[in-house]
Amino acid sequence: MKTPGLLALAVLLALVPLPLLVQSGFWLQFAIFTLYFALLGQSWNLLGGYGGQRSFGHAAFFGTGAYAAAVLQVDLGVNPWLCLGLAGLFGAAAGGFVGALSFRYGLRGSYFALVTLAFAEVFRIVADSVPFTGAGVGLQIPLRQTAANFQFHDKAGFYAVILALTALATAVAWWLENSRFGAELVAVRENEDAARALGIDVNRTKLWAIALSGALAGFAGSFYAQYFLYLDPRLAYGVEVSVTALLVPLIGGAGTVLGPLIGAVALRALNEISSTVTSGAPGLNLVLYGALLIAILAFLPDGLVSLIPRLYRSRLRNA
Amino acid sequence: MLEIAGISKRFGGLTAVADASLEVREGEIVALIGPNGAGKTTLFGIAAGFIPADGGSVRFAGEEILGLPPHLVARRGLVRTFQIVQPFAGLSVRENVAVGCQLHAGSRAAALGEAAEVARRVGMGDLIDRPASALTIAGRKRLELARALATKPRLLLLDEVMAGLNPTEIVELLPLVRAIRGSGVTLLLTEHVMQAVMSLAERVYVLSDGRIIAEGPPAAIVADPRVIEAYLGRGAAQRLSRGGHA
Amino acid sequence: MLQLQILLPAVLNGLATGAVYALVALGLTLIYGVLHIVNFAHGSLLMLALYGVYFLYTLVGIDPYLALPIAVPLMFCLGYALQRSVIATASHGREENILLVTLGLSIIIDNLALYFWTADTRTINPSYAFETVDFGVAFIAVPKAVSFVGALAVTAVLRLLIQRTDLGKAIRALARERRGAELVGIDVDHVYAMSFGIGIACVGAAACLLLPSYYVHPGVGESFVLIAFTIVVLGGMGSFAGALVGGFVIGLTESLGGLFLGENLGRIGVFVIFIAILLFRPTGLFGQRA
Repeated sequence: MKTPGLLALAVLLALVPLPLLVQSGFWLQFAIFTLYFALLGQSWNLLGGYGGQRSFGHAAFFGTGAYAAAVLQVDLGVNPWLCLGLAGLFGAAAGGFVGALSFRYGLRGSYFALVTLAFAEVFRIVADSVPFTGAGVGLQIPLRQTAANFQFHDKAGFYAVILALTALATAVAWWLENSRFGAELVAVRENEDAARALGIDVNRTKLWAIALSGALAGFAGSFYAQYFLYLDPRLAYGVEVSVTALLVPLIGGAGTVLGPLIGAVALRALNEISSTVTSGAPGLNLVLYGALLIAILAFLPDGLVSLIPRLYRSRLRNA
Repeated sequence: MLEIAGISKRFGGLTAVADASLEVREGEIVALIGPNGAGKTTLFGIAAGFIPADGGSVRFAGEEILGLPPHLVARRGLVRTFQIVQPFAGLSVRENVAVGCQLHAGSRAAALGEAAEVARRVGMGDLIDRPASALTIAGRKRLELARALATKPRLLLLDEVMAGLNPTEIVELLPLVRAIRGSGVTLLLTEHVMQAVMSLAERVYVLSDGRIIAEGPPAAIVADPRVIEAYLGRGAAQRLSRGGHA
Repeated sequence: MLQLQILLPAVLNGLATGAVYALVALGLTLIYGVLHIVNFAHGSLLMLALYGVYFLYTLVGIDPYLALPIAVPLMFCLGYALQRSVIATASHGREENILLVTLGLSIIIDNLALYFWTADTRTINPSYAFETVDFGVAFIAVPKAVSFVGALAVTAVLRLLIQRTDLGKAIRALARERRGAELVGIDVDHVYAMSFGIGIACVGAAACLLLPSYYVHPGVGESFVLIAFTIVVLGGMGSFAGALVGGFVIGLTESLGGLFLGENLGRIGVFVIFIAILLFRPTGLFGQRA
């Protein structure tokens, strides 16, 4: 159990000097997007992988964090770095809201998945209709490229931030693998009644998990807003975010520390390859994503990580 | 230690439990028996907080616990096992038991260490790193027992722990149950396997159609005509005493 | 209160739209409501069928209503094949994976459509598209009136199928108790696939009845999928009559919501209903108590 987590952190540590080593902007950009995918995927992984509550609407937390960061900056002049932190809080709050309702009324499995999708859609429609989010037109963050303003002329700045955030998310996953709370969460995933009979407060456990998951998704949202300097309801709350969030860990290996990292690399690599092959035709890389998902479910249901037996089997052999 | 008084439970038009009362004193092994559908598992579910009751009271160690959610009941030391075993299928035996240990252990590492010890007590020392899903029924029953024991309960509700076991496995499990009581855990068990009841229980309650119809030491219960009729039908006791068939 | 002149047409239109929604949801009622196959690809398959009917019209000149005998069997075969070969095998029969497999399918279908047919919105303009039926208080476009009748017809057919035929009995048995159905010799894989096929055949019928008054583009599936699930859950999972009523309720909600809250915000009503039903009354309006 120590091995995969340490490996993950080691990999991330090794990535630190990347901007100094590569000249090409392409690889830096690839790394940034891969790490961003990994962050989003790790956030889903906390709730869906370790917790077994598979949400189809993670965009609800992502988008809330993104809009919070953007609106606080643009309308209230809050420091953008502080907004990053606040985005996490808003994401956690969104998670807590959705979780409080869903878990209180015992929604699980497909019902939970569909209800989270519905929540994300509700948020999207609200964002599309209220003035302070810019409604359908969207929200633009004014360009002011200084580090103090959380905007960087040199992508290396963004790289450093996303690397740190992803490392944080990975550390949280590693903590889950080795902590009491993590063990409770996994017990809840495996069998709720048995967990209750052993003294675990199932609803509270799930609530903490969704709040934690929402916080990380909120960070991802804030990063997105800072990187692209533009948000609209579709980008923030749309299905594509939710699907990405679940694809990454499911393909890589849900409920593992390395899964989201592996999944992120796989998906981004697939993206690059298919873009080159089809010369950027719209939608084809998504077709490949869908096919990969089905293939993984059919042949490698524990994800790509299970291809590396030493890392994977060690899950069952305890620390 | 456990006082169940006047518990009633209706499911729609069906009365599952009607004004049932029983008592378990500290250190005892008490059995609750009765024909299928009598309401035994429902009563257990109510006592452990999984099922709400329509009326009555459940007092554990002097405290009223009726209405408490299951995890709080478990934390107070009243722990149940499930008739249909509920392992954490994707986890190993050690990890399963460790979840139980965590109720009292300080850290996950400590829990995992303790789990090995508990598993050994229950005779599962060599299976400790197997996935729970790979166990036989007998193995899963032991796992269920081990997990419950790991929580250091004061009173254990064993719901048909012998069900599904062959005669050899039953004989192997009996001393373990006695040893559990010997370590200071009070036991209330429901059973169909009469061999286990006769061999383990000091007192027996009989539940039929939701009502407690008899109480006493095992030998007396088995001869009680009301009990015989509950299992074998009306007039069976008379027919038996006349030397014929039930 | 709003004047009747504005309210009434909104109500009638809502019912007409609701009928169309019901058409889409009826197939899902069989698939999801009865057999718990969480078919997330339902909307995408509708989109596929719509394109099929569209191309039959523009390339071969077949009127959508006349395309029914082509679309329905074709979609049935597609549904049967998908369930038998892809969904059942990839999900290994586990419910939580069926949702993901059908999600994968919907992603594939939606994006292939985007690639081959671009994001252009396409409509057809048959001669009767703008003719209306006079209801005294309001006018309803002919295509919408036809879909209304169509929805009632499909509901009736499905009910007959489930209640009176052997296949229907097998489906009901399978829905109740899978093991038992296997034990009495029901070919479980075949029956699942037949049900899925029938459900998708309904989608084919829905496409034929929908196209004259609607449009098609690759994103259509996405917008229909949650609405279809909402109707199924609202109607009480396995109830066809419930799905019909559910369709009307949703159509009305959208129509009146749009009237009072504006088109954008009006859509929220559907999702709020979905959430509310799942939280507070998961057995729906007509379902059996769990």
